[in-house]
Amino acid sequence: MAQGVKPRVKAPKTAAAGETVTLKTLISHKMESGQRKDKDGNVIPRSIINRFTCEFNGKSVIDVKMEPSISTNPYFEFEAVVPEAGEFKFTWYDDDGSVYEEAKSVKIG
Amino acid sequence: MTIKTMSFIVALTMTLPTLGAADADDDKLVINEEIAITTKTDAPAHLDGVFDEVMSGWHFRSDETQAMEMDDFDNPGMIFVEDAIETWNTAEGTEGKSCADCHGAPEDMAGVKPTYPKWNAAADQVFTLQMQVNDCRVNRMGAEAWKTDKGGSIPMEALLSSVSRGLPMNVAIDGPGRETWEKGKEIYYTRYGQLQLSCANCHEDNYGNMIRADHLSQGQVNGFPTYRLKNTKLNGAHSRFKGCIRDTRAETFSPGSPEFIALEMYVASRGNGLSVEGPSVRN
Repeated sequence: MAQGVKPRVKAPKTAAAGETVTLKTLISHKMESGQRKDKDGNVIPRSIINRFTCEFNGKSVIDVKMEPSISTNPYFEFEAVVPEAGEFKFTWYDDDGSVYEEAKSVKIG
Repeated sequence: MTIKTMSFIVALTMTLPTLGAADADDDKLVINEEIAITTKTDAPAHLDGVFDEVMSGWHFRSDETQAMEMDDFDNPGMIFVEDAIETWNTAEGTEGKSCADCHGAPEDMAGVKPTYPKWNAAADQVFTLQMQVNDCRVNRMGAEAWKTDKGGSIPMEALLSSVSRGLPMNVAIDGPGRETWEKGKEIYYTRYGQLQLSCANCHEDNYGNMIRADHLSQGQVNGFPTYRLKNTKLNGAHSRFKGCIRDTRAETFSPGSPEFIALEMYVASRGNGLSVEGPSVRN
């Protein structure tokens, strides 16, 4: 597992039924592109988050394929409609096979 | 319209400073919708005849960069602050103590950052905040000192700065630290390097103008440590000084040197009255 990886999500705790809410996500990750070399001229191996998904009650909200040369600590901000109370599930997939998860529940009110 | 008249208009626009895009704006900075930041205020008395108003570098940035500082979630500098909170609570060194064992919560340190650099009677010299942290680490924790602007120094300074956001900078310029402050002032007005530039040539005479593709601010340090979009990490004031002096094509002083300690004290005092803003976001 890459070091110092920590997912963060900012989501509203409550929403009106059918309301469009803004979700902000950030994962601290070095996003090593695989194109840089160290002091001795050896290629530093690629280590990035290659996929990010968000689901609401099992239904896909967003599914992003990520490529090298995305900056360190990738940040996504997007909107989602909340039809009913439930849970947003956020998943980040690391090159090394690690999967980082975070969940936020939203109430109707 | 011919090309010639168009370029004339462009040239005219550029010579009128009030129309230039490089000027500071009048936006208001409120962080997390609760911490109001004083980004423009009357200049401190020692700047009589130099500035009427001092302003934060935040005003010289684009709306998008400005917005990143308005919400801690959007401020990448806060990631480093989170790291520092862990360090704060971790016991280190031969004494088995953490910062928290003596100082309590980081929030209890609100009001510390605005007074630094300041005179330390025991050490008989001016201490920057990073030096004070190291003094604690070495003498009270029995841990190793961090290097200036490196390792744990910068995140810890950012943490201590973040809990003081909104409080006015208040660096004492009288008393035993006066000599250091005078030395800093002398450095500020000394021309360095092949380009023969002093700090004042850019940040006093030309703030609001462009320096190549970038906007010159007043060079205030109330927002340090600063997260820079260009290198995606927190930058310390001494590292910034080094970068500036390097850009004059001079041999620079080192971060942590007596010269930069004096310069930090002087520059910080030029921002007395501005709110502590660090970790700020700049480009």
